[in-house]
Amino acid sequence: MELTDLTIHEMVRQLRGGELSAVALTEACLKRIGATDTHINAFITVCREEALAAARQADDRLAQARQIQQDAPMLTGIPVALKDLFVTAEIRTTCASKMLADFIPPYEGAVVRKLKEQGAVIVGKLNMDEFAMGSSSESSAYGAVRNPWDLGRVSGGSSGGSAACVAARQVPASLGTDTGGSIRQPASHCGVVGLKPTYGRVSRSGVVPLASSLDQVGPLTRNVRDCAIMLQAIAGYDPADSTSVNTPVPDYLAGLEEGVAGKKIGMPQEYFNSELDPEVKRAVEKVVETYRNLGAEVVEMSLPHSKYAVSCCYLLSAAEASSNMARYDGVRFGTRVDPGKGLVEMYTATRSQGFGAEVKRRIMFGTLALSSDYYDAYYVKAQKVRTLIREDFTAAFSEVDYILTPATPASAFALGDKNADPLLMYQSDVFTVAANLAGICGLSLPCGSSSAGLPIGVQLLGRPFDEAGLLRIAYAYEQTETWHKAKPEL
Amino acid sequence: MREKITREEVEKVARLARLECSAAEIDLLADQFEAIMARVEQLNELNTDTVEPTSHAVLLENVFRADEVQDSIGVEQALRNAPLQAQDCFAVPKVIE
Repeated sequence: MELTDLTIHEMVRQLRGGELSAVALTEACLKRIGATDTHINAFITVCREEALAAARQADDRLAQARQIQQDAPMLTGIPVALKDLFVTAEIRTTCASKMLADFIPPYEGAVVRKLKEQGAVIVGKLNMDEFAMGSSSESSAYGAVRNPWDLGRVSGGSSGGSAACVAARQVPASLGTDTGGSIRQPASHCGVVGLKPTYGRVSRSGVVPLASSLDQVGPLTRNVRDCAIMLQAIAGYDPADSTSVNTPVPDYLAGLEEGVAGKKIGMPQEYFNSELDPEVKRAVEKVVETYRNLGAEVVEMSLPHSKYAVSCCYLLSAAEASSNMARYDGVRFGTRVDPGKGLVEMYTATRSQGFGAEVKRRIMFGTLALSSDYYDAYYVKAQKVRTLIREDFTAAFSEVDYILTPATPASAFALGDKNADPLLMYQSDVFTVAANLAGICGLSLPCGSSSAGLPIGVQLLGRPFDEAGLLRIAYAYEQTETWHKAKPEL
Repeated sequence: MREKITREEVEKVARLARLECSAAEIDLLADQFEAIMARVEQLNELNTDTVEPTSHAVLLENVFRADEVQDSIGVEQALRNAPLQAQDCFAVPKVIE
C-alpha cells in the first residue's frame, strides 16, 4: 500500500498521530501526479513549491497541536486539488480557456480560504471543460482529460480533472462545480464519490460562474466518509455570496453510521426507460436490492416532468452564461486582442480569439434565447417549466425520503464520440440536470463495473439541506460493497 | 409556427455578443441552433399559462448590511491583471474622437 492509497480519514489519523508527515504525503502526491498525469491530463497547474511550503506549515501545526494534546484542524496536511475555476490568490486560474491563460487572481475564493484555514495543502488546479461548458472535459484549451480506467475514454465533465485526479489517486480529494451534473456525471464515469450540495449550502464567492442560479460547489472523494469531511470544511453561509443560505451546518460525520432502516427510497420510473444501458440498469437494480436488505423501503414513483429537464436546463444555463460571459471584454483582466480599430473591434477580436467553439455556441444561443423575439416563448417558458420540475420534487419528497436513479445513461464514452453533435453531448446529463433546476442535493457513488471494466454510478437525491441524510444512506450502501476500493491500472 | 433560424439571425446574435464568426461557422451554427430550438420546443407540450416562473430554486430575499467601509484589494492589485493601464486606470482604445 502506498501513501496515495490512503483515504482522508486514515491520513488524518496518521498525521495527527505523528506517524506520517504532511511533507511526505504531499511529496507522494506530487510524485504520483508526475508519474501519471502525462496520460490523464487532470492538472492544468501543479503548485509544487506552494504545496510543499503549506505542507511544512501543516507539519508545524500538527506538532504544536500534539504538544498541547489537541487535534489540529481536520484537513491539516491533507493534499487537495481544485477545479481551475476557483480563484486562488497568486496562483493562475484559467477556467481551461485561452481567455484567462495568464490570469493571476488578486484574491482568494471563499472555499479556498476555508480549506486553507482547515490546513489543507492545495497541490494544483484541475482541467475541465472551458468555462465549465461541457460534459466530457474535451473542450479545454489545455487538451482533453482522459479517463484513468481507459485512456481512450472521456472522464466526463465539466469537472473531469476533479474526478480523474481522485480516481487516479493523485490526490485524496478535489473540489468541482455542478451546474447540470458536472460533479456527479464525471464522478460516475471515473468511479468516485461526487456530491452536489443544495443550492446555497456552499459559497460561490470566488467561483467563476457559468449559470449563477444553477451552479453549486461540491467535493469529489474516494469514499463517503471523506466526502462528509470535505463538505464539513466548505459548507456554510457567506455574506459575500448573497445566494448562500444562512442555515446551520450540521455535523456530517456524527450520524454517518446510523443506517437506512425505516427510510423510504423512491425509484422514479422515468429514469429507468429504454435509453438506459442494460448494464447500468442491472447495477442500479442491485443497489435497490441492497437497500431493501438493509431495511429501507424502496417504492416506484414518478417525476412526471423529467423528460423536459435537459431542454429546460440548457435554455436557462445558456441564457445565464451569455450574460455572465460578458465580463470577458479585454478591459480589466484576461486576454486582449486589439486590432487598433476602436473599442468594439477590440471587444470582438478579444472574445473571438479568446473563446473556444462550445463557449461561443452557448453565448450565442443564450443571446438568441434572451433576444426580444424569443424571450417569452423560450427563456420565460423554461423558467415556468423549472417551476413544474421543482414541484415534482416537492411532491415526491412528501412521499419518500430519498430518490435513487442511475447517475448516467451509460458508462464513459470514447473521446471524440459526441463532439460533433452538441445535442448528443447535452443528453449525457439527462439524469443529473433536474437536481440543479430544483436546487436539491444529489450524490453519485460507484455501484458497479461494465463488461469493458468501466465504473458505473448510482445517484441519490435528497431534500434541500439534507446532505447529512444523503451521506448516511450512501455510507450504508458503501459498507456492503468494494467498488469504491477498485483502483485503475496506470 | 416559428420560422427556421436564418444565417442573418445568427450573424445578428454574433454581433450582439461581440463575436466574429467565419461564413462556415455561421452556416454550422444556424443548423445547430435550428436543431437545438427544435429540441427545446418540446417544452411547448406543457401548458404553463398559470405557472409562475422560477428564477432561483431557493427563495431569495434582499440582503442588507450596515453601510460600513471595509478593506478592499487596492488600486495596484485591482490593476495587476489589466492588459493595459494608464494613470491608475484601465486603458481602452479611444472611444470619442
